[in-house]
Amino acid sequence: MSVRAFLGGACLLSGLFLATPEQTALAQTPSAPASSPAAAPAEPAAPPHQKWSFDGAFGQFDQASLQRGFLVYDHVCSTCHGMRSLTYNDLAGIGLSPKAISDLAHSKQFPGPVDEDGQPTTRPGTPDDHFKSPFPSEAAAAAMMGGVAPPDQSRLALIKPHGADWLYAFLTGYRMPPPPGAPMVPGKFYNEWADGHLIGMPPPLVEGGVSFPDGTKATVDQQARDVSTFLVWAADPHRNARHHIGKGVVLYLIVLLLLAIAWKKKIWKRLDGN
Amino acid sequence: MTKPNMAGQPPSRHPEESSGVAGWIDRRLPVISGFRAEYIDFRMPKNLNGLWNFGAILTVVLLLMLATGTFLAMHFIPTAAEAFLSVEAIDRQLPGGWMLRSMHMVGANLFLAALYIHLFRGLYYGSYKAPREILWISGLVLMVLVMATAFAGYVLPWGQMSFWGADVISKAVGAVPVIGNTLEHILAGSDQLGDIFLHRFFVIHFILAFLVVAVVGVHVVAVHVAGSNNPLGIEPKTPKDTVPFHPYFTSKDLVGLVLFALVFALLMFFWPSLLTEPDNYAPADPMHTPADIEPEWYFLPFYGMLQSVPSKFGGLLAAAGSLLILFALPWLDRSPVRSMRFRPLCRVGLLGLVVAFVLLALVGKHHAQGSWMALGRVSLLYYFGYFLVLLPLAPRLEKTRPLPASISAAQGDA
Repeated sequence: MSVRAFLGGACLLSGLFLATPEQTALAQTPSAPASSPAAAPAEPAAPPHQKWSFDGAFGQFDQASLQRGFLVYDHVCSTCHGMRSLTYNDLAGIGLSPKAISDLAHSKQFPGPVDEDGQPTTRPGTPDDHFKSPFPSEAAAAAMMGGVAPPDQSRLALIKPHGADWLYAFLTGYRMPPPPGAPMVPGKFYNEWADGHLIGMPPPLVEGGVSFPDGTKATVDQQARDVSTFLVWAADPHRNARHHIGKGVVLYLIVLLLLAIAWKKKIWKRLDGN
Repeated sequence: MTKPNMAGQPPSRHPEESSGVAGWIDRRLPVISGFRAEYIDFRMPKNLNGLWNFGAILTVVLLLMLATGTFLAMHFIPTAAEAFLSVEAIDRQLPGGWMLRSMHMVGANLFLAALYIHLFRGLYYGSYKAPREILWISGLVLMVLVMATAFAGYVLPWGQMSFWGADVISKAVGAVPVIGNTLEHILAGSDQLGDIFLHRFFVIHFILAFLVVAVVGVHVVAVHVAGSNNPLGIEPKTPKDTVPFHPYFTSKDLVGLVLFALVFALLMFFWPSLLTEPDNYAPADPMHTPADIEPEWYFLPFYGMLQSVPSKFGGLLAAAGSLLILFALPWLDRSPVRSMRFRPLCRVGLLGLVVAFVLLALVGKHHAQGSWMALGRVSLLYYFGYFLVLLPLAPRLEKTRPLPASISAAQGDA
């Protein structure tokens, strides 16, 4: 059981990122230190913690950052990564107007019904459509991307340990050229936060690669920060409402608790005279 | 029953004596007078502590689970291709769906937590002893049913942990000698875990939930026949030892319920990540085993037992036996003294049992590797030792402390 889970760990991660030769070798060595818990391929040290507006029990997303982040996702990430759980309508949650959502959906072409001659057609998207996948299928994605399909990003920020901190560190963690002594593999890129420091995905963000309508300068750092925020929102879209409603509910329950305690005390006092 | 005249309490008007629709109904089906007898005038020991709130808490959480589950089921699609996406749609697009699902998830976790506390209370105050054996056994049946319901429910979102958890369990069932393969096939419904399995577990989750309601009925009837035990473990002797259920325990249960709701709300709205498994937000993929297959926290002790025993079938026996042995408890513990307050040896022994149970959970979390394996075996031996050695021998070894004359004598107001 444990050995299987151990091997499985290497398999899973190699599905997302390339496992290094050392890790593969480690996974096949039965005499790996038995006391090391979890046996997951060692995650690099925890990425440095960034300050996020949505952190903590009362955190709220910064809407401007979410909208910039969506722009980065739409122009850059969505070329390879799907986000199939979201619909265009969900973008109301980052403050897009119904008109903006409808225009955005219309700008995407979806496969339509076959026409009278039996030929496939396309149709413009509607707000109820799920985000258009960059590839017709998972298998097609894997075939086109060198054997590994780019992971869907709907819940990526939740699944990845350290969520936003890791995403930010990863997106700003490419080093070109790689530091001396780092393994070089053709077609792979050096990234400090990728497993084994090598990844097939080329650096996605470039200085000025997008232009933000709000005038914010599109540095790599800014884009990474905004798109990480957007990905956290995508993985937890109701966080603002959750925190907001939660405060009201907890406050209500505290008042109710005080009243209940007072009532209970009053009732049980009757026994004192007995 | 005698009715002490409480100051400030209005004289109760019995609807069965009154005319009108209520009286007409009550003469034919005594629901109103029955409710009065069982939930208003019902005599309760007056020394119950906060641990006695958990029965009411469990009832309320059960109702919450049924209510939220019904609405979730209306939007859930039990097929391997659609299950994950339909749960995503509930969470994202269904108005208020995230709240429904979150209540159901937090509810499941706290249901099991409350159940463990409720069970511990029974162990500590000897509530399993005569005349409450059937009450105890119906409670254990409930626990087994709730565990099965929780497991079936966890399969439904069809995430990575749903799938691989189900895989581990169906393989464990397959380890039963002779009939294992057949059992595994019956459980899975086909050669691999897919549509048939998922649809089956959706139905099982539903059926079990309503079966739980039925057994709760039996459990509640049983407690109303035998009466509640209490922290002293002695039966109430005079009306002075008891108080009517209402308003004494309605007010006390309300405090417990609101406190519980507060914990519920804090987890649900602010710290949901304490209870959710991130891996289960990746859709089930039969080709990729997760790095760390781990059940929900409430199954970890049993997972630890499963892994501490070298043979798969042996592990299964240990895990199943750890529950089955509880059914024999009223006959293993022959001491006439119920409450551990008066049993110094068994009290320490029971605290050790709790420690062993928690240790087994940690062993499960660490997959019984290295020194955890040894710790798991010691804990497992202790677990069975408590029930099979300590409790049966205790009456000979232990000098129990003297019992008070009555509940009110112990409270110093007699």
